[in-house]
Amino acid sequence: MSTVVTDPRDVAETVTDPELPMLTLADLGVLREVRTADDGTVVVTITPTYSGCPAMGVMRADLVHALHRAGFADVDVRTVLSPPWSTDWISEDGRRKLAEGGIAPPGHAPVRTAGPVPLSLGPTRRTASCPLCGSADTEELSEFSGTACKALRRCRTCREPFEHVKEI
Amino acid sequence: MHEETVYDALDTAHGGEGQWAFGTGFDDPLAGVDTTVPDGVEPADLGAYCLMLGDDALVLCQRLTEWATRAPELEEEVAIANCGLDLLGQARLLLARAGSAGVLGRSRRHATDSIPDEDALAYFRDPDEFVHHHLVEADGGDFAQTMVRLLVASTFRLALFAQLRESRDPVLSAIAAKGVPELTYHRDHAARWVLRLGDGTSESHRRAQAGVEAVWPLLADLFTATEVETRLTAAGVAVDPAGVREEVRGVLTTVLERATLTVPAWPAERPSPGRAGEHTGELAPLLATLQGLAREHPAATW
Repeated sequence: MSTVVTDPRDVAETVTDPELPMLTLADLGVLREVRTADDGTVVVTITPTYSGCPAMGVMRADLVHALHRAGFADVDVRTVLSPPWSTDWISEDGRRKLAEGGIAPPGHAPVRTAGPVPLSLGPTRRTASCPLCGSADTEELSEFSGTACKALRRCRTCREPFEHVKEI
Repeated sequence: MHEETVYDALDTAHGGEGQWAFGTGFDDPLAGVDTTVPDGVEPADLGAYCLMLGDDALVLCQRLTEWATRAPELEEEVAIANCGLDLLGQARLLLARAGSAGVLGRSRRHATDSIPDEDALAYFRDPDEFVHHHLVEADGGDFAQTMVRLLVASTFRLALFAQLRESRDPVLSAIAAKGVPELTYHRDHAARWVLRLGDGTSESHRRAQAGVEAVWPLLADLFTATEVETRLTAAGVAVDPAGVREEVRGVLTTVLERATLTVPAWPAERPSPGRAGEHTGELAPLLATLQGLAREHPAATW
């Protein structure tokens, strides 16, 4: 057992997302807080990307395991639902890693307002540059993709399909 | 730092017992969330209300997943499954909230203690304990009818959730705030399909109109508050569904007219039989599929 005192935040920040393994949970904005309680328990707070995100259990287990391996015996991973996660919380570093991994990062999330949500009947106006060739001439194939947080697009220049983290 | 596979990590996190799935409770969706019931609110009422909203989502999710392997194109199958997944997540949070408020019905007669509240509620209640609207349990019909129903259900739910963001129950308010962008996405997706089908070929128009005729009568149940909803609305926790009627009607009329579909007469409203646990014969087979595995193997691990 190492006697070097490690900051539990440094450990938690190394844990990656199970579905976007090029990103850490910190890059994704899912890791909200790491603190040490008076009794020495490391309290980690995470927030789900989507209500039904099936990766939450894996994230929690990965965090507990990483902290145990770093010598922190008591770890409490908590969920916070509010404020709801937004793609605006993905760090600049995270956006760069997404693009390098072939996934187009999100643009700005729509502004959240109180009151009724206006209906949007036109084609979605999301734009995303091709992460493979850089062309801005891309089209949406589907508003949904392999995970809840992505849409499927295709580049009209290089013809390759690619995923795009949709803005919420 | 990372394990070979996620399964290894889960296994280690649970003391190597290999239990990581159904019934182990390793992933309480409200872990660490303060579930204290606000002052002046009857916990049984709050739980009953969360069951209503949770069952609407759970049952519609089950109907949507029936499209898996059957949707007209792969992208749409993924879309429908994603809508279902969002609803399942909302249902899980809401059923967990109902459980934290002490509302478990008769589910514990069958469920062992190791099964978390939300699983006990989903898998071990009988049909007469489910309190969703008939709108979500009705057979989905063809793809056009499925999209019309998704449009109606998500328009109604989005209107409720937009107001529930102001609920005095912080958990319900947080669940609603999380659900709003998801439901907006579902509603607008369904609306664009209804537009495309209604204003498409004569066959797609015919099917979309038939879908509207099949779904429209089910609007009758949505806007009459139950006693629980009335009490909780007065307490600042719930939303009176009558208050979202005009918004829902406006959205649906806009979409149908743009889709060149005929808007049927508004149905005569009535108290919801579904909210009182009275269901059609279509619920039991749906629940048999949903609950079969958990009831056959209540302590299953895999």
